[in-house]
Amino acid sequence: MFGKGASSSKNMEIIGSEKKFSVLIVDDDPIIRKIHSALLSKFTKEIHEVKNGKEAVDLCRSGTSFDIIFIDKEMPIMNGLEATKELRAMGVYSTIVGVTSCDLSSERNDFIAAGQNQCYEKPLTIEKIKSLLSELNKNN
Amino acid sequence: MDRNHLKRQVDFMKRSFLDQGYLDEQFIQLEELQDDDNPNFVEEIVTLFFNDSARLLQNIEQALVSGPIDFPSLDNYMHQFKGSSSSIGAKRVKNECTRFKEYCTAGNAEGCLRTFVQVKQEHAILKTKLETYFQLAKQAGPSGTSGGQIR
Repeated sequence: MFGKGASSSKNMEIIGSEKKFSVLIVDDDPIIRKIHSALLSKFTKEIHEVKNGKEAVDLCRSGTSFDIIFIDKEMPIMNGLEATKELRAMGVYSTIVGVTSCDLSSERNDFIAAGQNQCYEKPLTIEKIKSLLSELNKNN
Repeated sequence: MDRNHLKRQVDFMKRSFLDQGYLDEQFIQLEELQDDDNPNFVEEIVTLFFNDSARLLQNIEQALVSGPIDFPSLDNYMHQFKGSSSSIGAKRVKNECTRFKEYCTAGNAEGCLRTFVQVKQEHAILKTKLETYFQLAKQAGPSGTSGGQIR
């Protein structure tokens, strides 16, 4: 389930056992962006950050594509759910992972309905990323 | 020999922060992200937090003392502050934030004011403790704040 279409694999190169992939971090909190960026840099060097949903949409609209988009739910200007809906409506096939500081169980349905592939409570941890990647690789 | 002693002191200090509930597992997660490319990562994050939180606390204070309280706005600020606190593992601070939010949701101004004093107090205590911690870690030398593993 790495993206919703076979064409998403064009951003992934498999070199030996190392997979290169690009991620976009979308969060209004600079501390979270820094933490998630450091966390993801253990897995890939292609990391981009933006601070709200609108910037994420604009970036994708400009033609940049990502393998995984980590998107915070609560953000000003455009929140995570709205941004996810826009991205899917634009035809973005990236894996979209919601990240929230609210109670996850009550929001999971909202996330999935908006078009997200997975969601986690923040902050992300090494274990969560490992489990996400192994799940994505299994389904790819 | 001296370095090892300092390293043990650093570890002991960290252990006591965890045992006393000042910090939680998230802090350890941050230390796991520290490496040769990012040797001061934890201190940078913590510094960022205390700079950012000073601003948020001021906003909350303002909102509490100036005129009729706008509870949704207060809740919003506190939500941000709680999120940041949680991201560095500031357990006691986070717990006070949760209590504050409960009073906020209930529209209880007095409860908010009382709890806010606690929030500021825990925040100040943690700041002092972590400043001491990082100072000691610097004396202990590189990877003084690592999980004790040799990488």
